[in-house]
Amino acid sequence: MTTTVTEAGPADGTSAGAAPSPAARIAHVSKSFPGPAGDQLVLDDITLDVAPGEFVTLLGASGCGKSTLLNLVAGLDAPSAGTIETPGRPALMFQEHALFPWLTAGKNIELALKLRGVPKPERRPRAEELLERVRLAGAHGKRVHELSGGMRQRVALARALAQDSRLLLMDEPFAALDAITRDVLHDELTRVWHAANDDPDGRKLSVLFVTHNVREAVRLAERVVLLSSRPGRVARQWTVDIPQPRRIEDAAVAELSVEITEELRGEIRRHGQH
Amino acid sequence: MASTETRDAAEEAAREPKKPSEDLAGLEAGLDALDAVPTRRTSLRDTFVRKVLPPLVAVALVLVVWQVLVWAQVTEEYKLPSPGAVWGEVTDAWYQGTLLGYIWTSVSRGLLGFLFALAIGTPLGLLVARVKFVRAAIGPILSGLQSLPSVAWVPPAVIWLGLNDQMMFAVILLGAVPSIANGLVSGVDQVPPLYLRAGRTLGATGLRGTWHIVMPAALPGYLAGLKQGWAFSWRSLMAAEIIASSPELGIGLGQLLENGRVASSMSMVFLAILLILVVGVAIDLLIFSPLERWVLRNRGLLARS
Repeated sequence: MTTTVTEAGPADGTSAGAAPSPAARIAHVSKSFPGPAGDQLVLDDITLDVAPGEFVTLLGASGCGKSTLLNLVAGLDAPSAGTIETPGRPALMFQEHALFPWLTAGKNIELALKLRGVPKPERRPRAEELLERVRLAGAHGKRVHELSGGMRQRVALARALAQDSRLLLMDEPFAALDAITRDVLHDELTRVWHAANDDPDGRKLSVLFVTHNVREAVRLAERVVLLSSRPGRVARQWTVDIPQPRRIEDAAVAELSVEITEELRGEIRRHGQH
Repeated sequence: MASTETRDAAEEAAREPKKPSEDLAGLEAGLDALDAVPTRRTSLRDTFVRKVLPPLVAVALVLVVWQVLVWAQVTEEYKLPSPGAVWGEVTDAWYQGTLLGYIWTSVSRGLLGFLFALAIGTPLGLLVARVKFVRAAIGPILSGLQSLPSVAWVPPAVIWLGLNDQMMFAVILLGAVPSIANGLVSGVDQVPPLYLRAGRTLGATGLRGTWHIVMPAALPGYLAGLKQGWAFSWRSLMAAEIIASSPELGIGLGQLLENGRVASSMSMVFLAILLILVVGVAIDLLIFSPLERWVLRNRGLLARS
């Protein structure tokens, strides 16, 4: 009976009947803030879909509004125009770990579970399990200030995962870490993302990752979206089909990074011309 | 044969790094170990030398200077009793069994009044901090009240309520509530916006946000307010006790001081002042300081001294 090919179930064996709706649908979104010289347009007509299970990095120079866009998707702010659809409340990770210092690492995760409505007896084991997922088993009772920068971001990742959201938003989460730790956390994030998508429950975890680091964007993403600055517009997109596990020093990563950097510099140069 | 073996070995070696997961686990464990922050608790002896000894030395010095002044007879004896005479008052009151009675009368009044102030000041502070209209309406008044000496409330309180415990509580409340409320307001104002954003993404909005994020984040400021609130409660109470004396009120430390003045017994006046000071310091040291240190240490905000 059904003949519409485009709406047929996915061929990859999942039993879902309908085509999966995107994890995030950003349609014609604009955002302006009141400034000294009238309203300042920060984002201009951004349209972007994130597929279920997809890893997308948003790349741009300062002033491209990438963090603003993430705030809009997170629901922390409302767009001036356009619509944003997400399934439930997305999880959000910041550049600062944003862990609550009055709680232990484990209790931070348990708070996320509690606010999601997980009953009390389940919280502790779930938190332990999540800490194990970011390989911090045994850190449950640790105070935030007793953890190193990298460990804090891993706890923050575990807390974000505790929200059990299908969309994880990350706002330059590794920018404040040293290069060695950042490199390790790239591996860790990739691993966690793969593990979440290999889960037999069929739920997918999409990641929308904001950065100004081109190599990081290429290292992590399946798709890199370059935003222009002032106002932010989608300038260009690249699909990254370098097989995982990648390393940031891989030749293929470097090659694509050079190409993207050229484009990014071109975008930046345009601003110096007037 | 040999070549096969080497190929096997090569394959083995090639397979090794194909377990990036285990490799990564080891790497992370190493990084975590290198980054671990060693925490050390100070020894008992260190605590004594650094924390207990200095105030003891200071007290001893004051006593010595005091005694020297008495020996030098800088003024008449009825104006400046010797430390020995004041100590005599302490032991007399102790043997008569009245010493603890004086202290308890005032302390129980003060603490009860403080608890009332806490119960009123906390929700009031939250309202002022979180509701813009309330802040604009009564925020400045609340700050202003803090600088009004609460002794000013004693005469109207006596007229409205009479010479009784209620009047004392009213004076304590008017002294302590603004401090507690203002402490909470500044605590809430100083909550890093990042915590509020993080809380909102976790779903802590409205009352849940207040309870799970705002209140714990504002706790250090709130505690500072409580500490000041206690100091104000105690001061207001002493002012009230000195001014308003009545046999029905029993003898607290304020009345003791007033009685000393009436009896021209300077050593009794000194005894009362000493006790007022000791109780104020003791409550702070026994209740508020440990609470504050505990909160700050938990958050890693206490520099290891």
